[in-house]
Amino acid sequence: MTAAIEVRAVEKRFGNVGIIRDLNLSIAQGERHAIIGPNGAGKSTTFNLISGHIKPTSGEVRLNGDVISGLQPFEINRRGLSRSFQVTNVFARMTVWENVRSAVLWATGHRYAFWKNVDSLPEVRERTARILEDIHLTHRRDVPAGLLTYAEQRELEIGITIAGGATVVMLDEPTAGMSHAETERAVSLIRRLTEGRTLVIVEHDMSVVFGLADRISVLVYGHIIASGTPEEIRRDPKVREAYLGEEAH
Amino acid sequence: MTTATTSVSGPAANAAGENLRFYGVWLAGVIVLIVLPLVFSSGGSLTSFSLIGIAIVFALSYNILLGQTGLLSFGHAVHYGLGGFTACHVMNAIVSHGWPIPLPFIPLFGGLGGLGFAILVGWLMTKRAGTVFAMISLGIGELVASSSLILRSVFGGEAGITTDRTALPRMFGWTFGPQIQVYYLIAFWLVVSAIAMYALTRTPLGRISNAVRDNPERVQFIGYDPHVVRYLAYCFAGFFAGIAGGLAAISFEIANSAYLGAIQSGLVLFATFIGGTAYFFGPILGAILVTYLQLGLTSVTSVWQLYFGIIFIGIVMFSPGGIAGLVMMHRPLLRAGSLWTVIPSYLVAIVPTVALACGVILVIETIARHSGGEASAINLFGIAFNPKSPATWIAAAVLVAGGFVIARLTWRRVGEAWDRAATVARDRGYLA
Repeated sequence: MTAAIEVRAVEKRFGNVGIIRDLNLSIAQGERHAIIGPNGAGKSTTFNLISGHIKPTSGEVRLNGDVISGLQPFEINRRGLSRSFQVTNVFARMTVWENVRSAVLWATGHRYAFWKNVDSLPEVRERTARILEDIHLTHRRDVPAGLLTYAEQRELEIGITIAGGATVVMLDEPTAGMSHAETERAVSLIRRLTEGRTLVIVEHDMSVVFGLADRISVLVYGHIIASGTPEEIRRDPKVREAYLGEEAH
Repeated sequence: MTTATTSVSGPAANAAGENLRFYGVWLAGVIVLIVLPLVFSSGGSLTSFSLIGIAIVFALSYNILLGQTGLLSFGHAVHYGLGGFTACHVMNAIVSHGWPIPLPFIPLFGGLGGLGFAILVGWLMTKRAGTVFAMISLGIGELVASSSLILRSVFGGEAGITTDRTALPRMFGWTFGPQIQVYYLIAFWLVVSAIAMYALTRTPLGRISNAVRDNPERVQFIGYDPHVVRYLAYCFAGFFAGIAGGLAAISFEIANSAYLGAIQSGLVLFATFIGGTAYFFGPILGAILVTYLQLGLTSVTSVWQLYFGIIFIGIVMFSPGGIAGLVMMHRPLLRAGSLWTVIPSYLVAIVPTVALACGVILVIETIARHSGGEASAINLFGIAFNPKSPATWIAAAVLVAGGFVIARLTWRRVGEAWDRAATVARDRGYLA
């Protein structure tokens, strides 16, 4: 089976500074894969490289076997890869309903249509309503997204990310800044919503990582030093030294 | 709208009453347009109404860019002007070739003129939003405006291109000589354009334009190319601006370089912003007010632009949502029934505010007359002030200083009353 995401020898330099060096990563279809690593290791840059937000200096990224490095973010998104952002990144002046609906429109084939009434597209409406149910924001549907609480905005962020029906979902620190109770809620939400999809997640909270991931990759200074099951990662001496060891102190 | 009643939980779910009110507002607008010239039938007011109608179409087209898509253009008049020139050339061609196209179809050609240029330059212009777009729009605006004086065969130089609207084939026996017939022609196109532009906001493209306005980066990650969205929005804006230009060409029977220039571009930005960009009806209010002021102020003061500037600054500073934003702010309070608690404080605050405004007007007019070497009396609400008399200066100083101090105090009271009323509205669930 072809891997959902295959990163081969990717490098990213900003000027003379190499942020990512010889990055190799393979994520199987249907897998829940966590990327961990100390601050500044290049986790978000890795996300940006895969999702097309920035272009690699060299190397290639494949999505379901097709090369996607060099494509525009919207082209990659149309091929079934969707991502969220570490900093909440919603449409602030639009309502919760409109936020999710915007993310449904391309996938339902309405694209740039200017001859259809957006309110009378049954499949769009049903899908939007279902996602609002899923992210528990139905009661906030008419509130502008900018007025939601932080935790609600994070849930909306996840809703927008999965709304288009992407097969590969990438979440960048979805529980950052959340309380313990909110984190638990978010994790069960993520688990439920990514059922049957490939999930790539960057996360600092180790209980989230070890509770959710099938496999984990450890990124240190722009290079993956270990990749394996949570058990393997926990036992890996390199990882203990570079990362988990530091955390434990 | 047909599936609204069967909806599971769409926005139109609780819609029957809302729909009725929605169509009621539009119907009321149409009735006003029909009845208006019957109430005010003088030639002067018919001309004013015609100008206001054109300004509304133009301002609504501008808001497709500014309010809907978040594009600040300093050169929107280019499409208006090219629409006007296209309309004039088409009208002249119809007359000389004897084509069977009557006048009411002309604005459509104006629209195509505006659209054509938008298709041509829009792709390059909308590559980036923000400052880059604003600067390019300014450049294109100046480029076209100066070309219009150089390319004489197309733009007619200083004189412009003239035409005769009555020479076209008639429709329903209307010659379109009398202003009343022109008014109804403009009113018809106003209604058609307004409905079309409103409908546009309710389409997938319209909503994605809002998303591009709010967050162009994120749009890329839900499958959309923000450049394409901006380009399409730009083309629509150009089309409707062209219709407005075509209507102007019909109304004035001329198109000249003033149509395309920076002043015209500035006026439409001004009207749209003052009216309020966040609501569809905002630019309508703005276009009415600005056109009305433009017509009214020019006859009472020589420094009318100064007043425009003051109004603009006032709106930007104190009500960035424009008139529409100001009006809509009161809606949750009205629904919660707490609006009446604010009104007394408004009434109190208005008195010193008007006094302050009168003082400012006296100061401006006195200075204007002194520097202009004029000595005519300043007429304010029927009271004549002698610009050379120290009594006038003292009155102005007292009004400005006293009005300012008291206005500050009373507006603070308004703020407090407002907070209390808003708390009530919040408790009753009408305000988020």
